[in-house]
Amino acid sequence: MTINAASFRELRLDGLSRDFGTHNALKNVSLTIGKGEFIALLGPSGCGKSTTLNIIAGLLPATGGGIWLDDKRIDPLRPEERGFGMVFQNYALFPHMSVNKNIGFGLKMRGVPKAEIDRRVGEAAALVRLQGQTEKLPGQLSGGQQQRVAIARAIVVEPPLVLMDEPLSNLDAKLRLEMRAEIRRIHNTLGATTIYVTHDQEEALSLADRIVVMRDGEVRQVGVPEDLFSRPDHLDVAEFMGFRNKVAGRVASVEGERATVAVDGASIVGRSRNAVAPGVAAHVAIRPEDLHPVAEGVPGLKAQVISTEFRGREFVGFARMADGTDLSFLAHDRIAAGAQVTLAAEPDRVLVYGDKV
Amino acid sequence: MSAPTIPLSQRLAARGLDGLTLLVLPAVLFLLLLFIYPFFYGLFLSFNPKAGGTFANYSRFFSDSFLYGTIATTLWLALPVTVLTLVMAVPIAFRVRLMKHQRLLTTILVIPITLGTVLVAQGLLNYLGPQGWFNRTLLTLGLISTPVKLLHNYWGVMISLVITGFPFTFLLTLSYLSGVDPALEQAGATLGAGPWQRFKHILLPLLLPGLAITFCLSFVQAFSVFPSAVLLGAPAGPTRVISIAAYQAAFEEYDYSMASAVAMIMGLVQLAIVVAVLAARGLLYRGPAGGGKG
Repeated sequence: MTINAASFRELRLDGLSRDFGTHNALKNVSLTIGKGEFIALLGPSGCGKSTTLNIIAGLLPATGGGIWLDDKRIDPLRPEERGFGMVFQNYALFPHMSVNKNIGFGLKMRGVPKAEIDRRVGEAAALVRLQGQTEKLPGQLSGGQQQRVAIARAIVVEPPLVLMDEPLSNLDAKLRLEMRAEIRRIHNTLGATTIYVTHDQEEALSLADRIVVMRDGEVRQVGVPEDLFSRPDHLDVAEFMGFRNKVAGRVASVEGERATVAVDGASIVGRSRNAVAPGVAAHVAIRPEDLHPVAEGVPGLKAQVISTEFRGREFVGFARMADGTDLSFLAHDRIAAGAQVTLAAEPDRVLVYGDKV
Repeated sequence: MSAPTIPLSQRLAARGLDGLTLLVLPAVLFLLLLFIYPFFYGLFLSFNPKAGGTFANYSRFFSDSFLYGTIATTLWLALPVTVLTLVMAVPIAFRVRLMKHQRLLTTILVIPITLGTVLVAQGLLNYLGPQGWFNRTLLTLGLISTPVKLLHNYWGVMISLVITGFPFTFLLTLSYLSGVDPALEQAGATLGAGPWQRFKHILLPLLLPGLAITFCLSFVQAFSVFPSAVLLGAPAGPTRVISIAAYQAAFEEYDYSMASAVAMIMGLVQLAIVVAVLAARGLLYRGPAGGGKG
C-alpha cells in the first residue's frame, strides 16, 4: 500500500515521546511539515533526532503521541504500510542484488509490472547519475556511488516523504559537498518532501527550508536558516550555531533590544534574546569571527593570549580570561603568547541571554 | 649484468615466511600425527586385504547387501536429521536474535553438547521407554491406548540425533544470522516488504551460504553416528549404520583391513555429499552480509 503523494498536504507530529527504560529519548515533540518542504533535524548526537526519524519511518514505536498525515493517523501502521522512502546512514544496500535490483526492490514489492519497473529504475538511475553502473553489485561501487543507489532506491517509488539519516556522514569532505548539492537538486526535481537528520549545522543551513534544532529529546527552536543563524532563541542553540564564545556576566542596563552586561569590570553591549532585567545573571555569546582585538582603553573583554594560528587570510587566536573562560577570536596579525589583549565585538553581533531563574 | 643479491631471509619474508611462520609447526605436527598419518595408514591397510587382490575389501563391501546397505541406512538417518535440525534452527534463531537474554538461552543449549551422546541416550532410554514419562503422559491423557514404540528402532536414533545435533546447528545458524546487518531488514520494510518477503528476498539469500556450511558440518556429525545407533536403535536391522559395519569388521572379525576399507567408503560418501553441497553453494552470492561500505 502506498500513500498517494499528490493527496497529502501536511505531516503532523503530535506530542511524540519515546522512553528507553529509564531514559527519555524523546519528550513531547510536536511539528508540522508541509508538502514539498525540506526539513533538517539538527542537533548533537543523543539529542533524539534519529529517534524521531525512526519513529516517523515506523522502525521504532513511539511510547506517546501520534503521527498524522492530513487526517489519517499513521503511527499504528507498520513501516511497509507507510510507503516512506528512507536513506540509511550506512546505506543498507542489499549486498546480493545488483544496482538495478536494489533500486527496483520497492517497485517489485508493490507488484509493479516488469516493464514499468525497468523504465522507472532507468529514470531513477539517470536522476542520480548512475547510468552504466546498474549491473554491478553494491560492493563494487565507491561510497559516493553507493549513496546514490540508496537515494535512487528510496525515491523511485515516489514516496510522499523521503527520510534521510545522516546520509553524508560516511563520505569524504569533497564528496560530501557534491552530494549535498545533488540531494537538494533531486528534492527540487521530484517535488519531494524531505526530512533530513544531521549533526552538521553547515549542512542543515545550506540544505533546509526550515531547521528543527533538537537537544536532550526536545525541540529547542524551529526556523528558517537565516533566522537560526543570526537570532538563536537559546544559548545552547547559539552555541550550536557557531557562537562559540560564551561569557558569564550580570545585566547592568536594558534599553529596548539593547542590553549592557557587566563582565569582569568591563561592559559589553549586545542584543537581548530573552527577557532580561538589570541585575540578573546573563551570558553573552559571540562568534569567534566577530571578536577582534581593540586598542587599549576601549571597553572589552580582557584576556591573556594562549596561541594564534595562521588560517590563510587571518589569524585565529585563543585567549583565556582571568576567571578561566576560554575565548576564540580573529586577528590580523600574530600576537605573542602571554600578551594581554582587549577583545570586543559590534553590539549587533553580540547576543545576550538572561540565565533562567 | 647481475641482479643485486637480496638476502634469503628477506626473499622468504616477502613470500610471507618469517620467524612467526614457525608458530604453525605444532599445528602441522599435530595434523600429521593425528590425521594425515592415520588416514594414509588406513588407506594403505584397506588395499591389503586378508585374502584376495588389492580391491578385495571393496568388492566384498559392494557385493554384500548387508554391507553396502549400511550406506543407505546411514544416509536415511543423517540426511533427514540434518534437514530437520536446520529447519528447526532457522526460525528459532530468528526469534532468539531479538531476545535480551540470548546468552542464558545459548548456555542452556550448549549443555547437551557437553553431556555427550551416551548420557543423552541413557536419559532417552528412560524417558521414551514403554514405562517412561512420555508414554505414561500420553496414556494418562488418553491420547494413545498402547505405548508408542520409540526405542530400539529408527525413531529412537532419529530423536537422539536431533537432540544432540540441534544445539550445534542452532548456534552456527544464530551466528550467521547475527552477521546480517539489521539495517537491511529495516530498509526492506521501508521499501514495502512484509516479514515473509524480507525473509525470502533479503535474509534467506544472505543466509544460504552459511546454512550450506552448517548443513555440511551437521551432516558429517550425524553420518558418523555410533553410540545412539547401538543404544537406542536396532543395530542388527533398521539402524545398522556404516560405523557399526566398521566396528564389527574391526572388533568382531578382527579384520582391520576390511574395517579400514569401510572407513574409507564412509569418508567418500561424506565427501561426496559435502562436495555436492559446497558446489551448489558456489552458485550463491557469498560477499559480505552488510549493507555499508566494507
